[in-house]
Amino acid sequence: MKLDLSGFESTPPLFGASDGLSHGFPTAPSFDLPITGDFDGFQKEAVQMVKPAKGTTTLAFIFKEGVMVAADSRASMGGYISSQSVKKIIEINPYMLGTMAGGAADCQFWHRNLGIKCRLHELANKRRISVTGASKLLANILYSYRGMGLSVGTMIAGWDETGPGLYYVDSEGGRLKGTRFSVGSGSPYAYGVLDSGYRFDMSVEEAAELARRSIYHATFRDGASVYYVGPNGWKKMSGDDVGELHYHYYPVMPSTVEQEMGEVSGA
Amino acid sequence: MTKQAANWSPYDNNGGSCVAIAGADYCVIAADTRMSTGYSILSRDYSKICKLADKSLMASSGFQADVKALQKFLAARHLTYQHQHNKQMSCPAMAQLLSNTLYYKRFFPYYSFNVLGGLDNEGKGCVYTYDAVGSYERVGYGCQGSGSTLIMPFLDNQLKSPSPLLLPAQDAVTPLSESEAVDLVKTCFASATERDIYTGDRLEIVILNADGIHRQYMELRKD
Repeated sequence: MKLDLSGFESTPPLFGASDGLSHGFPTAPSFDLPITGDFDGFQKEAVQMVKPAKGTTTLAFIFKEGVMVAADSRASMGGYISSQSVKKIIEINPYMLGTMAGGAADCQFWHRNLGIKCRLHELANKRRISVTGASKLLANILYSYRGMGLSVGTMIAGWDETGPGLYYVDSEGGRLKGTRFSVGSGSPYAYGVLDSGYRFDMSVEEAAELARRSIYHATFRDGASVYYVGPNGWKKMSGDDVGELHYHYYPVMPSTVEQEMGEVSGA
Repeated sequence: MTKQAANWSPYDNNGGSCVAIAGADYCVIAADTRMSTGYSILSRDYSKICKLADKSLMASSGFQADVKALQKFLAARHLTYQHQHNKQMSCPAMAQLLSNTLYYKRFFPYYSFNVLGGLDNEGKGCVYTYDAVGSYERVGYGCQGSGSTLIMPFLDNQLKSPSPLLLPAQDAVTPLSESEAVDLVKTCFASATERDIYTGDRLEIVILNADGIHRQYMELRKD
């Protein structure tokens, strides 16, 4: 049986002949590189010019019933909001989720690649891959592209034989196991709400509400999606427009001044 | 010796705008036909819309040489698919292929801002919007190019569709009829032409529905 050692390669076969018709798996895809002496300068310029879409606030935490994952939905390209409806929670497979923060294309592509690798693992080993294993696969791939300008700040959340699992993986090659994470530019605000409201023994509804509140406080005018991962896989709990959530949490009350003016105009 | 910055860039921006709107059983894809470089016009009659498959059309603005290379690549992959599977590629499949193709050039990107429009397997209109390195999502309407910052807010105002992330799931396609959508597109480009120097000359509109593909043209300001 041929073992998949592609994760051990320190650099992917970048200069392989890319004939475009047979992108083989499980080897890492081969990328065309620009012919330039100054790779970093070229990448900086290219990134400034194409301004790939980036993401903002995501969070996940483990509690008694499983893992709760929530994210906003805004993508910006430079100073322009390119989309208000980006799916930042990526369904790797029916019992594992990944979140997107950083470069949208990077996260989408590598999560899909991870999903394929997880499925191949299942077929080769006749059992599901653990969250530990899946996060390690992703971290190794990202480490091999370290320094090339990928921007990925992701959390892998899932439920395996050992129970709920949550890992943070980033494009610098970092991988951390933990119980509470928030990633993105809105994360300080999300952490504040999450840390103050967190208890290990919450019910699913309480945990979903805490996740929703944390995202709400970190964002205002985009969407908030909340997913729950339990023993039977993930389930999407809610998808709300954060603008609507604001009026749900702080309903508009007619003030006494307005009521008086209403009476005057009626007279 | 101090490092000198490269004074040759492999990229250029040929300008132009593209729009696509998805309807209940149709899809409208439109792009202007002006191709420019710097402050000069290279052509007043250059089509930015390409038919990738029976039910998928792609409109791209940006660097047209990269767009041409991308179109050739996708056409070749589609031909291979037809030989292997004995059928045309569906629009969602083409959308994923385009995303992967763009990402495989992650470190030397195609300078191409694409909008893919077509009919999905159920015959409903679908539009996919991309950034230059392949991140994509299915939307109810999309626009790219030099006039996109002018056109997009107007489309948001007229067509704001419920986000596909909302639960319970709501349809993202517009309730407009086909002729209303075409009129809307004409209005968008007429306005964008006024304020964007790279958009103008002529508007090419392609309508894809159950009867097939129809093309329309409208003259735009040439200054």
